Amino acid sequence: MQTHILSIVLFTPLVGALLLLFVPSEKKDAVRWIANIFALAGFLVSLPLVPWFWAQRFEPGFKFMEGSTNNWIPSIGAGYVLGIDGISFLLIMLTTLLGWISILSSWTAIENRVKEYYIWFLVLQTGMLGVFMALDFFLFFVFWEAMLVPMYLLIGIWGGPRKLYAAIKFFLYTLFGSVLMLLGILFLYFHHQTVTGVYTFSVTALYETAPKIAFHYAIWLFLAFFLGFAIKVPMFPFHTWLPDAHVEAPTAGSVILAGVLLKMGTYGFVRFSLPFFPSVVMDSRVRWWMIFLSVVGIIYGALVSLMQKDMKKLVAYSSVSHLGFCTLGIFALNPLGLSGSVLQQINHGISTGALFLIVGVLYERRHTREISEYGGISNVMPAYATIAMIMFLSSMGLPLLNGFVGEFTILQGTFMERDLGGHSGLFWTAFAVSGVILAAAYLLWLYQRVFFGNVTNPKNEKLHDLTPRELVTFVPLVILAFWIGLYPKPFFEILEQPVNHLVKTVRPDYPLSGRTVNAAAQPKSLTPTPEVPVAAVEAMPEATKRNR
Amino acid sequence: MPGTISQYFTGTDYLLGLPIILLTLFALGILLIDLMLPPEWKWANAVTAFVGVLFASAGVWRIQVAYAQRGPSFTGQTAFAQSMVVDRFAIYFFYLFLGGTAIAILMSVRYLEIEHEHHGEFYALMLFSVVGMMCMAAGLDVVLIFIGLELMAISTYVLVGFLRTDRRSNEAALKYLLLGAFSSGIFAYGLSIFYGLSGSTNLHGISVYLRRQMAMTGGDADPIIVIALLTTATGLLFKIAAIPFHQWLPDAYEGAPTSITGFMSVAVKAAAWAMLLRILVYGLYPLRSVYVPLVIFVSIATMTGANLAALTQTNLKRLLAYSSIAHVGYMLLGLIAFGSGQMPASADGIKGILIYLLVYTFMNLGAFAVVTSLRQREVIGDEIDDIAGLFFRAPTEAILMLIFLLSLAGIPPLAGFYGKYFIFLSLIESGHYILASLAVLYAVFGLYYYMRIANAMLMRPAAEKEPLPVSLGMKVALGLTAFATVYIGIFPERFIGLVNWSLGLNPTSPVAMLMR
Repeated sequence: MQTHILSIVLFTPLVGALLLLFVPSEKKDAVRWIANIFALAGFLVSLPLVPWFWAQRFEPGFKFMEGSTNNWIPSIGAGYVLGIDGISFLLIMLTTLLGWISILSSWTAIENRVKEYYIWFLVLQTGMLGVFMALDFFLFFVFWEAMLVPMYLLIGIWGGPRKLYAAIKFFLYTLFGSVLMLLGILFLYFHHQTVTGVYTFSVTALYETAPKIAFHYAIWLFLAFFLGFAIKVPMFPFHTWLPDAHVEAPTAGSVILAGVLLKMGTYGFVRFSLPFFPSVVMDSRVRWWMIFLSVVGIIYGALVSLMQKDMKKLVAYSSVSHLGFCTLGIFALNPLGLSGSVLQQINHGISTGALFLIVGVLYERRHTREISEYGGISNVMPAYATIAMIMFLSSMGLPLLNGFVGEFTILQGTFMERDLGGHSGLFWTAFAVSGVILAAAYLLWLYQRVFFGNVTNPKNEKLHDLTPRELVTFVPLVILAFWIGLYPKPFFEILEQPVNHLVKTVRPDYPLSGRTVNAAAQPKSLTPTPEVPVAAVEAMPEATKRNR
Repeated sequence: MPGTISQYFTGTDYLLGLPIILLTLFALGILLIDLMLPPEWKWANAVTAFVGVLFASAGVWRIQVAYAQRGPSFTGQTAFAQSMVVDRFAIYFFYLFLGGTAIAILMSVRYLEIEHEHHGEFYALMLFSVVGMMCMAAGLDVVLIFIGLELMAISTYVLVGFLRTDRRSNEAALKYLLLGAFSSGIFAYGLSIFYGLSGSTNLHGISVYLRRQMAMTGGDADPIIVIALLTTATGLLFKIAAIPFHQWLPDAYEGAPTSITGFMSVAVKAAAWAMLLRILVYGLYPLRSVYVPLVIFVSIATMTGANLAALTQTNLKRLLAYSSIAHVGYMLLGLIAFGSGQMPASADGIKGILIYLLVYTFMNLGAFAVVTSLRQREVIGDEIDDIAGLFFRAPTEAILMLIFLLSLAGIPPLAGFYGKYFIFLSLIESGHYILASLAVLYAVFGLYYYMRIANAMLMRPAAEKEPLPVSLGMKVALGLTAFATVYIGIFPERFIGLVNWSLGLNPTSPVAMLMR
């Protein structure tokens, strides 16, 4: 079971999609039930990963490896190879959870072409999971590109008034980034062949040869990959597709777009850009630009959010700001920054996913997202207002909730760096912190305008509160928000090994501490080892303690 | 040359000529049987033609089996006094032509009924043009290549103008005929200079002569050789419709009966490519340093011009015509990588072209099949507006069209991706980084105009509500092309192996024996 768990998780949604093909499209409820069952099943089959992964969280290397190089297209050296580490594990769990939640949330929102909608959604789910699991560059690229198609259709068919424009813009923008990345992949592939004589797309094999590419080539390769990932994240100034896509997409599409799709860009940076081109990412100029763009993204996204009249657009721009934190943490290039960044990616999936659901709930009742149309909603929908309050606070980074932990760790990691592209960490942190303050401003102001006061618009007087189905979609997100906020230790433990390994690859001289540092020399094992009881590990990761 | 006639023919000649002979017999048979068929039985011609294609395929299979018995290193044999070489390269193209023709026949039956032009000559001409194509792909003697080219071209001129009552069809045929004849003249002129210089009409003789000349002059080509090369290349580039020799193509594609447009875009184009590869890669190989700069210019011009022109088209057939020109631009890049002369770039370049032609056959024919099915009694059905809301009228066709369009745009895991993959890889391997970047950016342009069709099809409301009737032949054609597009996309190994086989490439050793 453990040897094929990744394939099972990967293909469960696709099986559901294929099954739906044979259901007559008139039977809308049957279609909905089947889709929901498979979405839930997709989440449930991923649950066994949690204890299994937990048991081997400190072991080096990729876990649950499956397939072998050359088992798919031997003549070009592409294989069906899956495997995960702590980073991809968390993202996969987020994907299966959000996938189920968004499909559940679409029950009444989607009324026309129901069958198609669920088919594409399930296909999308498989595509996204594949991106996080693939350890073969060819396979990765196939998932990376194939996933664009269902998302394009979800926006284009079930979207808002400007759906055609938004859909094509999304597709073209992201394709533009990924075709240049394809050339980068091909270069690495060919370079590996000239060095070793073997054609292979295996990521682990390329980890060996890619870092040795001369700097004047590596910088161009880095830029090719950067464009692909930065557009996906999206980093300022490549973000212009995002507001359009978010505003026009149906609610569930926005949840997945913000919750999972954007993470593919940051995942790409962590999985490929950093270990492939250590000399480039440690280059002072490159680092300056990366940090600069991140900080500009944080502030710009927040400022633009303040100005929005449309709730969904506001949340969309807040994503630009939050993802700025994630890239900031990545390019701080120390254990704190990186693990904070990955955790913040999860947090953003939870909080922003929930925010889009919250907007969707109102939209379904009133069919407008104009902030000025609302006011005093907490009087008519108390339960809804409570959940919204929790998620708003989580998104703006209030202590005890998840957002705080991620942002704080990232800022701490940035602060610790003495030299970040010519400036001190303090310099950048000072600017980045303003993003947290601005987030409080735009979110609380939004909350105030929508929920507080008296009901000014007579149309809002008869709104009914959350249905049980809607409540179910929020419960797991609220629980996770509190869990990460109160007790993030398990998450940091899961991230410790991959993050330390990454820092060790990029900065061999960086003084690392922690349990996995010495274990790195041990051979990788596929079987779970019994958990070693540890006397006292504090909630903070090891690297934090060192700095006290 | 003294001797009896028997010296010119050997026993194997008949085997190697078998597919050509079979096709000719079936074509003549259709012409005869057609006279006896009542109007409501005209579909029997299509059946005869289809059976003819099957028989010819069996003939090719027979040759392949005979070769296999001679061992894995046996790649081919010459026939008819060395004027023809049926090597694996030729066999690969034979299959490609026959496959494309079979699907085009399936697409034609109902279409011709609607147009009231159901005549046996239609199918006979298709088979004759395949005979011409086979001569082009297998020709070693430039005279045979030229005869094959003309046989194919003349059959196609007539097929383009087959809709006698349609003015667009007539106009297209006339334009195609005039420009086609003109280019054939230039082509023949270039070949005649090569003959005059080398004293041989055989590509092998020309190649030997050129190699000697280039060695003597130390790599600089004689001006007369350059003129011969330029005129020959002009003829070749005209036939594959590379910019600036493309003007005939959009008009011809728009005016031709839609199933013939599909046929032209795959089989006729593949034949032109087979001829081009045979001449440039084999015969004129010593001149590669002279023609590669030319090919670079032409391929950039082709990708730029075609992709920009396609952006604004409103007619489906014209849009697909410009897209097919753009694909020629990508394929020419493979020739550039080949010209670099470095291994493995040059092998991957040619491999890319061959795979591209294979996948293009299925995805482009599929797209044209959907356009063909739009033609109804009262609707011409080749504008983008006609395809609007296709999903509500024929959901299956709409989804299949989406698959074909995504494949044409090169989105993995569909077949079209692998053509681009090998082309781009060969460019990276030969160090053409800027050219590669340019090519991938044009692929983004490509996606835009293909998605305009998809947008109209899936996201706009339908002008007409009634479901679109689809004939049985069309269903089979759509099923075959869609299956091939998806199957090659997900399991390409066997097809990459096929191309390696056809080029004599051994997966374990990187040594290429490109068509020699």
